[in-house]
Amino acid sequence: MSSASPHRQSNVSLEERAYRIRRYAVRMGEVQGQGYVGQALGVADVLAVAYFHALRYRPDEPEWDGRDRFYLSIGHYAIALYAAMIEAGILPENELESYGGDDSRLPMSGMAAYTPGMEITGGSLGQGLGIAVGGALALRLKGSQSFIYNMLSDGELGEGSTWEAAQSAAHHGLDNLIAIVDFNNQQADGPSTQMLSAEPLEAKWAAFGWHCQRVDGNDIEAVRAAFDAARACREKKPRIVICDTRMCKGVPFLEARDKTHFIRVEPDEWALALQALDEGKPR
Amino acid sequence: MRRSKYEARPPQAGGPGLKTSAMIASLGTEGLPTKPAPFGHTLCELARQRDDIVGMTADLSKYTDLYPFAEAFPDRFFQMGMAEQVLFSAAAGMAREGFTVFATTYAVFASRRAYDFICMAIAEESLNVKIVAALPGLTTGYGPSHQATEDLAIFRGLPNLTIVDPCDATEIEQATAAIADHQGPVYMRLLRGNVANVLADYGYRFELGKAKLLRDGGDVLFVSTGFMTLRVLEAAKRLAKDSVDCAVLHVPTIKPLDTAAIVEAAGRPGRLVVVAENHTVVGGLGEGVARTLLTEGVTPRFRQIGLPDAFLDAGALPTLHDRYGLSVDAVCASVRAWLD
Repeated sequence: MSSASPHRQSNVSLEERAYRIRRYAVRMGEVQGQGYVGQALGVADVLAVAYFHALRYRPDEPEWDGRDRFYLSIGHYAIALYAAMIEAGILPENELESYGGDDSRLPMSGMAAYTPGMEITGGSLGQGLGIAVGGALALRLKGSQSFIYNMLSDGELGEGSTWEAAQSAAHHGLDNLIAIVDFNNQQADGPSTQMLSAEPLEAKWAAFGWHCQRVDGNDIEAVRAAFDAARACREKKPRIVICDTRMCKGVPFLEARDKTHFIRVEPDEWALALQALDEGKPR
Repeated sequence: MRRSKYEARPPQAGGPGLKTSAMIASLGTEGLPTKPAPFGHTLCELARQRDDIVGMTADLSKYTDLYPFAEAFPDRFFQMGMAEQVLFSAAAGMAREGFTVFATTYAVFASRRAYDFICMAIAEESLNVKIVAALPGLTTGYGPSHQATEDLAIFRGLPNLTIVDPCDATEIEQATAAIADHQGPVYMRLLRGNVANVLADYGYRFELGKAKLLRDGGDVLFVSTGFMTLRVLEAAKRLAKDSVDCAVLHVPTIKPLDTAAIVEAAGRPGRLVVVAENHTVVGGLGEGVARTLLTEGVTPRFRQIGLPDAFLDAGALPTLHDRYGLSVDAVCASVRAWLD
C-alpha cells in the first residue's frame, strides 16, 4: 500500500511538475490538433500544487476512502487533469495518444465513468460546487477527515446554481470544502469579465460567508501558501482560492493569441510549443 | 383559447362551484379509508434498519411527508432551503459517498427546474438518489406553476431512471421499501397527507417493474397508473351495473414498463383498451403502451384518459378532475361513449 502523500518527499520540484504537466497537455492537444490546450497550460501550476503538495491520495488506489476528493466541474479541462494524473502515476502515460478518440478512457470532456481518478462528470457548468456540497456533508456525516476540492472556472460563476451552492456551503459550515477558481478571463465568446462579470469576486465570496483568497495562479509559491492557508483555516467556513492564471502560460507565441478558448494550433506549431516549454524548463 | 384577463370567467355549465382548497391538502379520498403520511412513516422504519438512508428537501419536508423522518433522524436530515439545483446536486454528492438519498420536492420543481442536475449529476452516473415528488399531475388546483402535468414525459426520456407512480397508501409503503433496495436513481410520484388505502383489500403486493391485474373483465381493459387506478376500479364497479365488464391492469412502474404484461392483457381479443393516467396524454403511460402494442403488432381499439395538452385551469380539484376527465363520473361517461 502506498502512502497517502506519495509525492511530498519527492526531490522533483513543483515547478518541474508543472512543466511536465504542460508537456503532457501539449502532446494530448497535438493528438486532436486543437482544443483546450490554453486552459491546461494556464492551470498547470495550480494542478501541480494540488496533486504534488495539497491532496492526499494513493496513485494505485484512486478510490481509497481516505483520499481527498478533487471534483472537476469544468469537464473540458479534462486534458489538464489527465496530464496531472499521468504525472501523478494515476494514469499511464501511454494512454495519452488516445485522448479524445473513440473508445478512449480519456474523453474530451471528463466523465466519472470513463477515467480512474475522475471523481465526477463535469461539463454541464454550474453543477460541480453543488455536488461538492453533498460530498462535504457526506464526509462530515461519516466522520471523515478528507477534504473536497472543487475546481471551477470564472465562466462558471455566471451560473446561478454556483451561487445556490455557495450559499448552501456557508449555511452548512462546510469547513472540509475548498473551491478553486481558475480565473483565466477567457470564455467561448470572449473575456469572462465582458460576458457576465462576477466582480468584485473577493467581496462577493466573503459576503457569501466563505474564507476567500485571491492569488496569481501562475506563482507556485503563492498558490502553495494559499492552499496551505485554506486547509489550515480554523473557521467553520468553506474556503475558496481564486487563481488568476494566464491562458497558454509557458508558450509565448500562444500566449500572444486573442481567441484561446478552443485554440487552433498549426501542425508544425506543436513541436515549437514543446520546444518553448523546454526552453522555459525550470533548472 | 385563452380569454382576456379583463373578461370575467363565466361559470361552466354543471360546475359544482367549489373553492380551491389549500395546495397542501390531501387528494380527495371520497369516503375511502386512509392512512396518514405513508411515505414518511415507512422511511422512518427503513432508516431504523439502515444507517445509509438520508433525507433531503428544499423547504418542503412538511408538504412531502418527510417531516416524520426529519423529526426522528435529525442527524440524517438535510434542509437545503428553497434551492432545488443544489438539492439534487448535493444529493448526488452524498450518494457518491455511499448514502441512499431520499430527496423530496414538488414534481414541478424536480422535473422543470432541476432537470439538468438530475440528468447529469444523478442519472448519468446511476447514483442512488430517490427523488420523491409531491403534487404530480393534476393534484393541486393552483394552476400550472404547481401542476406537474408533464413530469412523466420529461423523465421517461432519461436513461437509467426508474419511474414509479403509486396509487395508494399501501403501494407507497411497499414502493418506498422497494426503491430503497433498488440500486440506482428513482423518480417516485407522491400522494401525501391522508392517502387513500384500498389496494390492501386486493391482496396487492408491489413489485418494482411489474404490472398487476387487479380485476378481470371481457369488455374493457383499463391500463392505469397512479391514483387513476383507484378511479378506474370505482368506475369498473359502476359500469358493471350496466353490464359493462371491465378489467384493470395496474402499472405503477412507468419505466421500465412491464411490456410483457401489457401485451398479454391487450392481446386478448375483443376488449377496448383504455389507458388512464394523471398526466398529459403526451409522453406518458398512454404513449408508452401504444408504442409497446404497435411494436408487438397488437392493435386493439385504443383510447386515452389523461390531461389535455394544455396549461390547465386553477380551481377546486373535483371540478378540475370532472372538467379534464379524471373523475369517476367522467371516466364512466367516456367509456360509455366509446362503447356506443
